[in-house]
Amino acid sequence: MTILQARGVVRSYGQTPALRGVSLDVHEGEILAVTGPSGCGKSTLLHCLAGIMRPQEGEIHYRGQRIDTGSESVRSKLRRTEFGVLFQFGQLVMELTAAENVALPLLLAGTGRREARTAALTWLDRVGVADVADNRPGQMSGGQQQRCALARALVTEPRVLFADEPTGALDTLTGEQVLGQLVRVTHEQRTTVVLVTHEPRVAGYADRELTMRDGVLDETEAGIAVPSGRHGR
Amino acid sequence: MSASFVLLGLLSSGPKHGYELKRAYDRSLPNAKPLAFGQVYSTIGRLERDGLVERAGQDRDGGPDRVTYELTELGRQTLDEWLGTVEPPAPYVSSVLLAKVVVALLTAEPERAGSYLADQRAAHTTRLRELTRSKHDPTANIGDVITADFTIAHLDADLRWLRTTLDRVAELHQETQP
Repeated sequence: MTILQARGVVRSYGQTPALRGVSLDVHEGEILAVTGPSGCGKSTLLHCLAGIMRPQEGEIHYRGQRIDTGSESVRSKLRRTEFGVLFQFGQLVMELTAAENVALPLLLAGTGRREARTAALTWLDRVGVADVADNRPGQMSGGQQQRCALARALVTEPRVLFADEPTGALDTLTGEQVLGQLVRVTHEQRTTVVLVTHEPRVAGYADRELTMRDGVLDETEAGIAVPSGRHGR
Repeated sequence: MSASFVLLGLLSSGPKHGYELKRAYDRSLPNAKPLAFGQVYSTIGRLERDGLVERAGQDRDGGPDRVTYELTELGRQTLDEWLGTVEPPAPYVSSVLLAKVVVALLTAEPERAGSYLADQRAAHTTRLRELTRSKHDPTANIGDVITADFTIAHLDADLRWLRTTLDRVAELHQETQP
């Protein structure tokens, strides 16, 4: 079943086109990798799908509802409740502890302080970093910070997780551990994942891969699909 | 292995004699081991025996007689089949892949070369996914993981190279379009 759908999405930065008519379907529960060289438009596509950016042309539908024309407050609510985002780095608030960082989206959504902390601790435990709950980001390794960011992206139990080069700043082994956790917990939660990467070995974690070039998806390769089950420990 | 196909590829643009073939081979694959003269003639001999090339004439040109060879129809078909066959994705195929891509670009339209590359890329990607999955299987032991890592590292390198080559071929294609 299609959870997210883009049709003819166009987005430019000034005179520079980033997306030149992109159409795709994201299926519920899958990990979809969008790969391509730097500057091909894959991050812009992710920002449009996640409602962070509005396309200039085309439509984006989430569970049958058009979202690209919604007001900022509508899209912001969607981002708080239905979507989670994970970037390469620099997303944690340096002044807060790991647990406070993870609790933040819940507090913003109106959850009580105690309940938010309990949920944060549970999520830190699920991604394997419960032991640094009271540390600030500066006292954590890159891998611990990224796991903490993953916990924060998932604490609201979103239906879709958007990840942009989530292991780009990590070494191979640490990146692999973070991806292993990401695959495992999103599988347990039945979370759909849209993963943007330029690394083939990261795309190896996806169920399906689409490649982008110069703002369009490569149609000859759009059929590369492994419909079988998910993996992860 | 692929030397005979590279020679077939070089002959696809027209008849050549042994010395020309050796020079063209070394020029097309500058990082491969240079092809010895003896190997050129023994390979051509096998290709002639198998009906893939035939003698096109003698080229005297002031010096000693030199036999020129050309592709037969069977040779052309055989080359085409080789180019169209996706290599099993494994660490040791890199040199075959390189030879195939060079020959594809020598003989085929950029668009067709692009489609060979895309098929190969799909096979590599599928294998990479299988290995990634096997590595995260709870029953995998350290030996399984290290072995999978070895193959993944090679496939990853091949895939990066294929991606770059696909981009180059696409650029070439754009340049050759009016």
